[in-house]
Amino acid sequence: MSTTLAPAEVEVEQPQQQEWREHDRPWIVIVWNDPINLMSYVTFVFQKLFGYSRAKATQLMLQVHNEGKAVVSSGSREKAEHDVARLHAHGLWATMRQD
Amino acid sequence: MDDQHRIEAAASGGVHFVLPPAERELLLQLRAELLSLLESAPDDPSLERLFPPAYDDGRRDAEYHRLMDDELMDGRRDDLDVMGVTAGQDKLSPPEADAWLRALTDLRLVLGTRLDVREDTFGEGLDLNDPRAPELAVYGYLSWLQEMLVAAVSQASGL
Repeated sequence: MSTTLAPAEVEVEQPQQQEWREHDRPWIVIVWNDPINLMSYVTFVFQKLFGYSRAKATQLMLQVHNEGKAVVSSGSREKAEHDVARLHAHGLWATMRQD
Repeated sequence: MDDQHRIEAAASGGVHFVLPPAERELLLQLRAELLSLLESAPDDPSLERLFPPAYDDGRRDAEYHRLMDDELMDGRRDDLDVMGVTAGQDKLSPPEADAWLRALTDLRLVLGTRLDVREDTFGEGLDLNDPRAPELAVYGYLSWLQEMLVAAVSQASGL
C-alpha cells in the first residue's frame, strides 16, 4: 500500500507547489514611452500616485523616455491591477505582467 | 507671464488660473467635442489611448476592460464636468486642478492620436506648410497650458 501511495503523494504535491510559486511571483507594472504625455506630467503622476520623491519619479520618467519603458510598481495581481487602472485614469500607457 | 495669463500656486492652496476669454472659449469647445465623441462614438480609434490594454493576454485584458472601462469613462466625464463648471473661475482647488490636468491630458491624447503626433513632430517648430498646422497649433497650446498647470500644481502641493 505504501508503495502505491508514495508516488501518488508526490504527484499531488508537485502541482500544488507549482501553483504556489505561480501565485507567489509578483506582478510588475510597466509604463511605456509615448510621444504625447509631457515629461513633467509623467513625473508628477509618479509622485502623486506612488508617493515617490521628485528625484525617484524623475529617474523613472527618464527611464521611460530613454529606454522606452520602466517598471514603476510591483506586488500582488490585485495591487498591480489597481495601479494600472490609476495610471490609465491619468492617461499613461501602462501594462502589467507577472515577473 | 503677460497680464492676461496667471497660472501659479496660490499661497492659500490650489492654483491661480486666469486665462483670456478666447482661450477659455477654445477650451470649452474642445471639451464639448470630446464629451460628444465619448458619448456618440466610444469606439472611435482616436479614443484608443484613453482605454489602453492592461494585459498581453487577450482573455485577461478583456476581463480588465469589462471591469474597469465604465469607471474610467465615468472618471473622464467627471473631469470634463469639473472643467466645464470651473472654466470661469480664476482659482482652482487642488482636486479641481487635478481634474484639469487629467482632462487636458485626455484632450492631448485624443488630438495627438488624431494628428499622429510623434516624438519629432515639433522637432523644428511648427511647419506652417503642414496641412495639420492649425490643429497642431491648438495641440501645442494645450501642451503649454498643461506644462504651466503641472508646474503650478506641483509647487502648490509641495511635490
